[in-house]
Amino acid sequence: MALTPYAFLLPALLVTAAVIFFPVLQTLWLSLHNYVLFRPRNVPFIGLANFARAMSDEVFWISLRNSLFWIGLVVSLQFLMGLCAALLLNQSFWWRGIARSLIIIPWALPSVIIGLMWSWMYDFHVGIVNDLFVRIGVIGAPVAWLARPDTALYAIIVALIWQGFPFFTIVILAGLQTIPDELYEAAEIDGASRWQQLGSVILPSISGIVTTALLLRTIWVANSLDVILVMTGGGPGYATHTLPLYAFVKAYSSMEFGYAAALAVILTGLLLAVVLSYVRRAAGDLR
Amino acid sequence: MIDRRSPTRRLLEIDIPVLCIVAFALAPYAWMIATSLKLDKEIIRWPITYWPETITFDHYRFLFSRTTFGNNLVNSLVVALGAVAVGLSVSVPAAYAFSRFSFFGRRFLLVQFLVINMFPIVLLIIPLFVLMRTLGLIDTYLGILVGHSTFAIPFSVWMMTSYMNSIPRELDEAAIVDGASRLQTIRLIILPLTMPGIVTTAIYIFVASWNEYLFAMMLSGQNARTVTVALQLFIGEFSIQWGLLTAGGTVVAIPVTILFLLVQKRLVGGLTAGAVKA
Repeated sequence: MALTPYAFLLPALLVTAAVIFFPVLQTLWLSLHNYVLFRPRNVPFIGLANFARAMSDEVFWISLRNSLFWIGLVVSLQFLMGLCAALLLNQSFWWRGIARSLIIIPWALPSVIIGLMWSWMYDFHVGIVNDLFVRIGVIGAPVAWLARPDTALYAIIVALIWQGFPFFTIVILAGLQTIPDELYEAAEIDGASRWQQLGSVILPSISGIVTTALLLRTIWVANSLDVILVMTGGGPGYATHTLPLYAFVKAYSSMEFGYAAALAVILTGLLLAVVLSYVRRAAGDLR
Repeated sequence: MIDRRSPTRRLLEIDIPVLCIVAFALAPYAWMIATSLKLDKEIIRWPITYWPETITFDHYRFLFSRTTFGNNLVNSLVVALGAVAVGLSVSVPAAYAFSRFSFFGRRFLLVQFLVINMFPIVLLIIPLFVLMRTLGLIDTYLGILVGHSTFAIPFSVWMMTSYMNSIPRELDEAAIVDGASRLQTIRLIILPLTMPGIVTTAIYIFVASWNEYLFAMMLSGQNARTVTVALQLFIGEFSIQWGLLTAGGTVVAIPVTILFLLVQKRLVGGLTAGAVKA
């Protein structure tokens, strides 16, 4: 009888061990070896040499810097835009239901489609971004947004903000709906302006849910590489290389699985603090 | 809260800003669909036209008659349905155990399912590629399915546990008192009551698998290639044929948009109650 719950859990545990736990161990093993895919019989143990190599690898540091810049900018702008949208959608107006549904659509789309539609809009010759910017006079002549080292990363950041802001809108809206009307009324009686209400009623009430959402989003953005891969493949040069992308490229293009595994382990290690604080918050009220 | 603003101010402060945000959210999508309906000569004309002058379905016809796109759609469908089957068949029993029993290691194991959902995809994709190559499973449905179960299983365990927790325990206790066996209780009480949760979880797994790109690219060749990978390869193959590419994008995007709109309310409820509870 005491074994019954484990019997129900067994399939999930076995499959998870096979598809996640075992591969993660294998990554750790790979990271300590010089494993190149087309030399499967010659896999020498090299200790921490892959990690030492990363420390003196210029591209690793470029990717890390890009990653930090990219996470900071994408997450904070997604949050700001999501907050604005949520505050607007929390007011009552007759088409609120439709607006709430439509605004989520970018979040549901595959990253390949996001890369495709934004690459098309950034197109040098007949892209709509160049067309609009030339029409309103922001730029004099068309710009090759994704091919220039100084604009490529920003161009992808805009696409990512577009994709991710609905997540914050949804989560913040859910938080806003838990604020009782009496709090607003009390603030209004005390003569608080709308801005003062934002600072002293709304933001403190949703700070818990916002922190959780920021942590979760940081993890997702830090791990995501598919949109960059589709739009620029990391180029031009290393201008849009992020850490997960560099690890992926090392495995996929150079077939250096040992070094790629070490890069993946470093990324996981760097994220560990964020993951742990997220898990602590999310699991805090487990029954 | 009583809104004392005049209709004009409400229009300026609510309706127009909301309209701008909705327009921003939908514009790239609308532009993709508009492009897919234009003739090639109109697509490459500068200055560009916003509204198609003549509407054509040529790109869609070419896509299905001259490319592998139809097969790729079938592959995506098979993989996504497989991921739903794997995800649900292991997560429903697991969620039942987490929700209805207290046992040694319960909290630890439940937390593990949350932690592994946060692993970087590169941490898993590199060893899985090596493993699939050793087992000869590259370019098979099974190989991609294994890749997709790495995110389908942890997510659905977490979602299903939160749905089952919302069903009062008194219901199954009453059934046991009435002489029902455990399996009868599950079949007659738990499963019917969690059906909305099961459907939502199934649709979420389906959408996530349909949309997935990295595992599908790494683990497939010509035979099992899914639509997302095929579409990305078209970008190289039909380099500047944006009419064809946007037609493909539209075909891939429309089913997930519809499915997502169907379940978004319940999905958001589950996410905010389970994973993003503050």
